[in-house]
Amino acid sequence: MNGRDGVRAAYDRARSEDRAALVGYLPAGFPTYDGAVEAAKAMVDGGCDVIEIGLPYTDPMMDGPTIQDAVHQALVGGIRVADVFRTVEAVAATGVPTLVMTYWNPVDHYGVDAFARDLASAGGAGLITPDLTPEEAGPWLEAADAHDLDRVFLVALSSTDERIATITEACRGFVYAASLMGVTGARAAVDTGAPRLVERTRTVLAKNGSTLPVGLGLGVGNGAQAAEVAGFADGVIVGSAFIRRLLDAPDPRAGLAGVRELTAELAAGVRGNA
Amino acid sequence: MTIDAARGASAAVPDSSGHYGLYGGRFAPEALMAALDELETEFASAMRDPAFTAELNDLLAGYAGRPSLLTEARRFGEHAGGARILLKREDLNHTGSHKINNVLGQALLTRRMGKRRVIAETGAGQHGVATATAAALLGLECTVFMGEVDTERQALNVARMRMLGAEVVPVRTGSRTLKDACNEAFRDWVATVDHTHYCVGSTMGPHPFPMMVRDLQRVIGVEARAQVLELTGRLPDAVVACVGGGSNSMGAFHAFIPDETVALYGFEAAGDGVETGRHAATISGGSVGVIHGMRTYLLQDEDGQTIESHSISAGLDYPGVGPEHSWLHDSGRAAYRPITDAEAMAAFSLLCRTEGIIPAIESAHALAGAIKVGEELGPDATIVVCLSGRGDKDMHTAADYFGLMPEGGAE
Repeated sequence: MNGRDGVRAAYDRARSEDRAALVGYLPAGFPTYDGAVEAAKAMVDGGCDVIEIGLPYTDPMMDGPTIQDAVHQALVGGIRVADVFRTVEAVAATGVPTLVMTYWNPVDHYGVDAFARDLASAGGAGLITPDLTPEEAGPWLEAADAHDLDRVFLVALSSTDERIATITEACRGFVYAASLMGVTGARAAVDTGAPRLVERTRTVLAKNGSTLPVGLGLGVGNGAQAAEVAGFADGVIVGSAFIRRLLDAPDPRAGLAGVRELTAELAAGVRGNA
Repeated sequence: MTIDAARGASAAVPDSSGHYGLYGGRFAPEALMAALDELETEFASAMRDPAFTAELNDLLAGYAGRPSLLTEARRFGEHAGGARILLKREDLNHTGSHKINNVLGQALLTRRMGKRRVIAETGAGQHGVATATAAALLGLECTVFMGEVDTERQALNVARMRMLGAEVVPVRTGSRTLKDACNEAFRDWVATVDHTHYCVGSTMGPHPFPMMVRDLQRVIGVEARAQVLELTGRLPDAVVACVGGGSNSMGAFHAFIPDETVALYGFEAAGDGVETGRHAATISGGSVGVIHGMRTYLLQDEDGQTIESHSISAGLDYPGVGPEHSWLHDSGRAAYRPITDAEAMAAFSLLCRTEGIIPAIESAHALAGAIKVGEELGPDATIVVCLSGRGDKDMHTAADYFGLMPEGGAE
């Protein structure tokens, strides 16, 4: 299912199966244009419920070394915004809802409404915007409505309940809870503050009569962590760990095998089988 | 002359959400929003607190050496259309540039917020040295992020920071210059914000940084305005400064903004020339977008990817500019023009030989601009030039540029 109902439906299906949704991230153009499409399809085959396609950007201020390396490689390889839309189209064709995760300037520069229009026509489900909060998001809120797209904003450990209320009100699809104070990248352990953030977010949502799912991302890299997060969040978001498999592999075939292997491990994890 | 860095700092912009017309704002990760809110509140309360402003003013006077001199540059002025050139001597401040004004305020604020560590980005190293200095003075931990390219061309400043007890982290990502140092500082800050203050070095970043740095730097223009009135009995015809991120220029301009007869000129680094694409002239050669937490003019390609900037001056080698400059440009209150590497270096040499003052290469862009403005305005004009820093740090670059190293020596 494409468009706005897709992400929510994927979460709902996971919920009906009494498990967490698995959300996988990969930047477009990494390791190559075709390589990214193939890897994303492998993630779908292996059980990802939602795919996030990263839009490679020159100044990834909130990303750790792994994603920095990947997007640098994608940009050096010549990836363009138009290629990101083509990637979305190819991945969304699998039937799995596909979001774009992007820093704000490429969208701003493209034209917010034009970007939303072209994303929607590529079958994209919406945007995750790590450096855009609702305060600066006026044009995007309108464009998302006009083109029937999800808009996923982030809540953080440092967010006040008041801010969580403002942010979740602007969200559609799901709420992205950043599990730790820091940049992207797999960590040895899930931050102890993460369950509390999800709980606070749910409490605020409930107070406003919302059942929007809460996905938890940043730092999750293996099946055991996925199982741990699945114990308290509606979705488990994994990015850097997939990229690590591709970066460390001796050749593309081995990289793809690594992605399949990790997806299977994580898919078992979100079902509580770590 | 008495100084009061805090008085009169409020102005029409930014609005309550940190916007300067279309520009500025807060494009930052949610994880930093609480810290930015805290900073905004604490800065406002500190600037209203007589004990805080008294301590800051004492440091500016007794440690940084303020007020800085206003020096008449007669021989230099002969080469600037005969105009009366008055140099605002920020180069004479402790640590050798205007950066200390901002850093002392933010370091005191860090202590006031109960944080124990400061981080900073630096290009030429002037802001890094100033931050390391203030950290040493107030007993704060200090980490400075500096592009690897800049650590090479400003090696002396790296040594200075380390002597002062700071950790210097060479940044090896992207263009390995100032913008990448900013990215790395933000990455550190998001993970350490509970005990660390990001001491932003220019009028850039998410609100409240552009406003806060302006308010801490506006002492430059406040002093210069009083000094020029005392010396000449009237306001100057123009105030001239170089613009990278834009803190010395914003500091020099701000007190003059209500004086409609005073023309304001910001000179950007045009590198090899704006037309070559190898430059850092953000307003002259860029377009509007979002970078490092603010909406402003920036150098970007058709996909909104940042274009690497180029300048002989590490301190101006930045693809964005403070949002208030974008606003002053659009409103027409200030004019922004490009100065090439060659023009800047000619002015660098000229000031050395006519006045016995070695300027920072950054400041040499303002001097080159003053020559142009002087030629346009003629001998009756009085022009205040913000000499933002001294050039000791640039001797290696200058010696290479002018071929001053003895054969087989120094390298």
